Amino acid sequence: MVSALPPFQVLIDEHAANVMAVLRGAVGREGAEDCFQETFLAALRAYPQLQDDSNLRGWLITIAHRKAVDHHRARGRRPVPVAEVAETAVTDPEPNDDGVWLAVGALPPKQRAAVTLRFALDLPHAEIADALGCSPEAARRSLHEGIKRLRKELA
Amino acid sequence: MNINASLERVRERAAAEGLLDVAYASTDSPFGPLLLAKTPMGLVRLGLPNQDADELLVELAAKISPRVLEAPAALDEERRELDLYFDRKLDSFDLPLDWSLSDGFRLRVLHQIATIPYGETRTYTEMARGAGNERAVRAAGTACGRNPIPLVVPCHRVLRSGGALGGYGGGLPMKRGLLTLEGVLDESPPG
Repeated sequence: MVSALPPFQVLIDEHAANVMAVLRGAVGREGAEDCFQETFLAALRAYPQLQDDSNLRGWLITIAHRKAVDHHRARGRRPVPVAEVAETAVTDPEPNDDGVWLAVGALPPKQRAAVTLRFALDLPHAEIADALGCSPEAARRSLHEGIKRLRKELA
Repeated sequence: MNINASLERVRERAAAEGLLDVAYASTDSPFGPLLLAKTPMGLVRLGLPNQDADELLVELAAKISPRVLEAPAALDEERRELDLYFDRKLDSFDLPLDWSLSDGFRLRVLHQIATIPYGETRTYTEMARGAGNERAVRAAGTACGRNPIPLVVPCHRVLRSGGALGGYGGGLPMKRGLLTLEGVLDESPPG
């Protein structure tokens, strides 16, 4: 056996919807499609060299997060209104969610990603940490600071 | 643009960038669905209806590359020729093949098989002889049984010396059906 990695199509079948949901939360509907393509192409390029296949979803979401950060950098870190919340949203945001997601879009990248992963995808802290490439404690802190800031903004 | 349109763009860009190591698609046949898999070199694997498609893709990921993507458009010509073949409108495939799943004696046997014309048959002994070892009849049979590209490499045209059908990876009814389609066997079901 040269490799024990599953066929890449399996990753697409199982995680494409999740990745799109994360990206819609992070960069809005318009930017999400570009970021989605960049995410899967980057993943496809790197895939044969991937050493650890224990959390393929976390790996993809990490890449998606980087592409979202690139997207925001390219747009000069302007806050991006988010018209649509992730399709797989588990935790329904406030009824008046436009304002909330507008505020989420204005958070610093790490806090924004943490909040999006937590509330749009309902990921536990450990997986948020995986996706952000930081410790669970740091993920918890980003999430906490993000929420604190949102409370202040929206009060 | 929905998620499928985005995925279609990913496939197009992957192909343009040379990242489509294994493209696959399924196609219908009178015997059931076939799985076709292709590398940039050509058709590398054809899964018969009785073979598990998921297992086959896992095997390709391990043996060739994990960059295995469903990409029907990449296999348009293969599907077109197979459709014509099953309609009796094509008696010789003109498709690039990737032989990399076979080597040694088995590969030589498969090369022999590839030269058997439509509507004709040969014996396992003839295949063994043509591959350079007339006594390796059993090994020639194994090579037929492990043919990664059946139909296109027509191992269904190889029979036992006495005229008995021998074996077939897709099951004997399919072998009988293919030989009937090609006019080797009579239309009437065997008694």
